[in-house]
Amino acid sequence: MKETPLSNCERRFLLRAIEEKKRLDGRQTYDYRSIRISFGTDYGCCIVELGKTRVLGQVSCELVSPKLNRATEGILFFNLELSQMAAPAFEPSRQSDLLVKLNRLLERCLRNSKCIDTESLCVVAGEKVWQIRVDLHLLNHDGNIIDAASIAAIVALCHFRRPDVSVQGNEVTLYTPEERDPVPLSIHHMPICASFAFFQQGTYLLVDPNEREERVMDGLLVIAMNKHREICTIQSSGGIMLLKDQVLRCTKIAGVKVAEITELIQKALENDRKVRKEGGKCGFAESIANQRITAFKMEKAPIDTSDVGEKAEEIIAEAEPPSEVVCNPVLRTPGTAQVGEGIENSWGDLGDSEKEDEDGDSDEAAVLDGLKMDTGIEISNHGNQDAPIVLSDSEEEEMIILDPDKYMKKVRTQTISTKQAAVPSKRPTKKRKKKRAVD
Amino acid sequence: MAEAAAVGAESLSSGQARAARAVLGQLVLPGEELLLPEHEDAEGPGGAGERPLRLSPAPRSRVRVVCGPGLRRCGERLLVTKCGRLRHKEPGGGGGGVYWVDSQQKRYVPVKGDHVIGIVTAKSGDTFKVDVGGSEPASLSYLAFEGATKRNRPNVQVGDLIYGQFVVANKDMEPEMVCIDSCGRANGMGVIGQDGLLFKVTLGLIRKLLAPDCEIIQEVGKLYPLEIVFGMNGRIWVKAKTIQQTLILANIFEACEHMTTEQRRQIFSRLAES
Repeated sequence: MKETPLSNCERRFLLRAIEEKKRLDGRQTYDYRSIRISFGTDYGCCIVELGKTRVLGQVSCELVSPKLNRATEGILFFNLELSQMAAPAFEPSRQSDLLVKLNRLLERCLRNSKCIDTESLCVVAGEKVWQIRVDLHLLNHDGNIIDAASIAAIVALCHFRRPDVSVQGNEVTLYTPEERDPVPLSIHHMPICASFAFFQQGTYLLVDPNEREERVMDGLLVIAMNKHREICTIQSSGGIMLLKDQVLRCTKIAGVKVAEITELIQKALENDRKVRKEGGKCGFAESIANQRITAFKMEKAPIDTSDVGEKAEEIIAEAEPPSEVVCNPVLRTPGTAQVGEGIENSWGDLGDSEKEDEDGDSDEAAVLDGLKMDTGIEISNHGNQDAPIVLSDSEEEEMIILDPDKYMKKVRTQTISTKQAAVPSKRPTKKRKKKRAVD
Repeated sequence: MAEAAAVGAESLSSGQARAARAVLGQLVLPGEELLLPEHEDAEGPGGAGERPLRLSPAPRSRVRVVCGPGLRRCGERLLVTKCGRLRHKEPGGGGGGVYWVDSQQKRYVPVKGDHVIGIVTAKSGDTFKVDVGGSEPASLSYLAFEGATKRNRPNVQVGDLIYGQFVVANKDMEPEMVCIDSCGRANGMGVIGQDGLLFKVTLGLIRKLLAPDCEIIQEVGKLYPLEIVFGMNGRIWVKAKTIQQTLILANIFEACEHMTTEQRRQIFSRLAES
């Protein structure tokens, strides 16, 4: 699907708003959107939300043989994917320019800055090393993908634990998490990207541009930095000429922002560690707040939930023990089987009425007996015609029309006339839609 | 909400169609079947089994019922195709009125007669291509403007906003827009001015705002003088005197989605003071 184009009036409005130092979401020039970090139940899995932009990070590891020229170094692999779910304009299976650019930048930010000790990933020199793979998925796109992705990558790497290994002679033993606690990666520092959007040939600057601001910007400067104010990567795109002062100012801002974000990441990791240690609940399902869907909701009905747990236990205690469990699969009809207790398989019944009359009879007769119907068996014999009243489950049965020709005509005339009827009734409301100039 | 969901689940599990009258304003789920009032007696709960078999449909007084968005006809019943609340409008004179499902969605599907805001994406020959948020762009003839002739072309640039109405909208054809009514008058339609801000809200909110006596609009009107256009495709164009006011208005409308009436009144009173 094509991207929604940006209209002239939006472009003009955005630029004028930026001139007046105002942003669409009420932020100041140097403000980041709110960052939220949540962790999955597994190690090395996180979701980072930057405003409405959302990136999922997942780290996995594998024992592989090392590259020939680097026999004692583990392998790092980064991959960012822009799924179509994030924005309809992203096409699957196509390497867009944006995607290539983002992937390159991520690699430069994380691998080339040597933030992860690759030598510690070596198990047997020249034979076995760990390959760490970081997969990043964009779940929702609202601008500034690179910042969110770099945060997600470093958070996922910090959170990740690889299985412990031991080497005895030529033997490599891999321990499961139950045998030995998995070990974290050794991370030297946390490089984080900060984006600066420039407008009007560099006259105006905004931090953390959102999607609409990205579409009207002239140029973008991305600075990857760690909290020690060491620049890991710097990239300017969009072909604008920046002055030395501007770049220096941006690095100063980036330093402040990166320090704040690093603190936030450490707090989030600390929280997660505490929760896991105490054996509390963790994972995405726990971290999702009860979100408001919409204001068009029904009034809440007061329900007393104080003693629900006790009541449920009471019911369980009083309930009859479950009926005998059938261990062998029961063949009702060819192609279907039933194991265990539970409701009878209704798929079989459907097949019956079509394929095998004999089998179908017995099954349906049982159903009809339950309903205490006298005419039951007759009906089920030439099943499809009159059955809908009794066995109203099957869609097919309902579609049979007793007097097809007449019926079809009626349907058609009816729908046409209803359309005509609908049109005039709408008219008075239409006038209201346009331009209410209210004073 | 919980109550409605429970009712919905119950009816689904029992596999019995509920009477449309009984669930008005309640939550319905896709796949559910609803009985129209005139069939209720015959097929209503409990009566399903005992109905005598008929070989031809009985001479029954047919009532005309209009099946709105989210519903589909399925034999003599209504089949729900969207999740939302069932609504009904009483007819002016005779008949069964209109049933529809009020649902919450962001994706717009063109409907004939809808007034929408589109963005011109291309000029090709004697038509414009207009993005309306649907699955494909709509076409707009340059003759479909008030006072336009072969010689007197309207001044429309790529990227302009168009407020128009669908004359052709079905699943098999390219949708077609016009900016005139059946009398050839603009009637408010046409190119929208160069200033102002365009933003998107959900389709449910748009319908709420366009309801005949919408409180939000009246309250907003007391705040600032403004110009506003609502498109049924979820787009709103708004213009106030200053950038600041326009931004405030846009944020109010976006926030209305999640605010209850009480919260909204508080915010409006706070804004009116400042």
